[in-house]
Amino acid sequence: MRVPILKQGDYLIASIQSALSDQELLQLRDDLAEQAGRFRSRGIIIDVTVLDVMDSFACRTLRSIAHILRLRGAQTAIVGIQPEVAFAMVQLGLALGEVQTALDLEEGLALLSERTKRGGASEK
Amino acid sequence: MKSEARVPISSGADIVTARLEGRQLASQAGFNGSDLTVIATAISEVARNIVEYARKGEITLCIIQEDNKRGLRVEARDAGPGIPNIGLAMQDGYSTGRGLGLGLPGTRRLMDDFTIHSKVGEGTLVVATKWIR
Repeated sequence: MRVPILKQGDYLIASIQSALSDQELLQLRDDLAEQAGRFRSRGIIIDVTVLDVMDSFACRTLRSIAHILRLRGAQTAIVGIQPEVAFAMVQLGLALGEVQTALDLEEGLALLSERTKRGGASEK
Repeated sequence: MKSEARVPISSGADIVTARLEGRQLASQAGFNGSDLTVIATAISEVARNIVEYARKGEITLCIIQEDNKRGLRVEARDAGPGIPNIGLAMQDGYSTGRGLGLGLPGTRRLMDDFTIHSKVGEGTLVVATKWIR
C-alpha cells in the first residue's frame, strides 16, 4: 500500500498506515522526493506511530529520505517512534544520525515551523 | 494451539509476513509488549539477510519450553553462498552487502541465545532464542 502524503501549506505529511515492506519504503522515498519539489515544500513530516518495527533497512531509508530532502532544501522530522520501538532500535545499534525527531505530529509541526522560519534563526 | 510457524522467504513482503507471524506466536507464548517488538525486529534482520545474501530461504518460529522457562526460537535457514568469515560478519558495521552491517551483531544483542553455522557454498543457519523473563 502506498503511504498517503498530505500537503498542508509549506509542509508535506506522510502518515504511515500499516507495516511497510522494503519496496513500500523505497516508494515513499521516491514519492516524497518528487512531491517536495513539485509543491516547493519546506518541511516534511513522516509519522511512524503505527510502525511496530524499525529495523536497519527502515532506519537507513528514513535517513536517506531526510538527506535527499535536505539537499532539496527541505527539513524532515520523523514523529511518533513508539517507546518499545526506540528500545529495540537502541539494542540493535541503530541511530537516525542527524535526522530530526519529535514526539508526535503536533511537536513535529512546531519543530518544523521553528526550523523553516524565513530569514533563519541566526538573524534573531 | 499452534506452536510453530514456517515462513518461506524470498521477497521484501515475506520479511513483513515473518515478523507478523513471529509477533503473533510470541504474544501467544506470553511475551510482553517490548519483547514482542524486540523479537519482531530480530526476525526482520535475519529474514533480510536471507533476501539480501541468499535470495531465498526459510524462517521457522517455534514456542519452546525448557525446565520451567518458556521462549520463542527463531531459525533462519538458507542454502545461499554462506559466510566465509563469521567473526567479521559478527562485527558491528561490517557488511559485504548494502546494509549497515548491524543485522547479525544486532540480532545477537536483541535475543538471549544466538548461534550461527555457515559453510561456504552450502548455506547459513542462524538460531536465536528469546526467553520470557
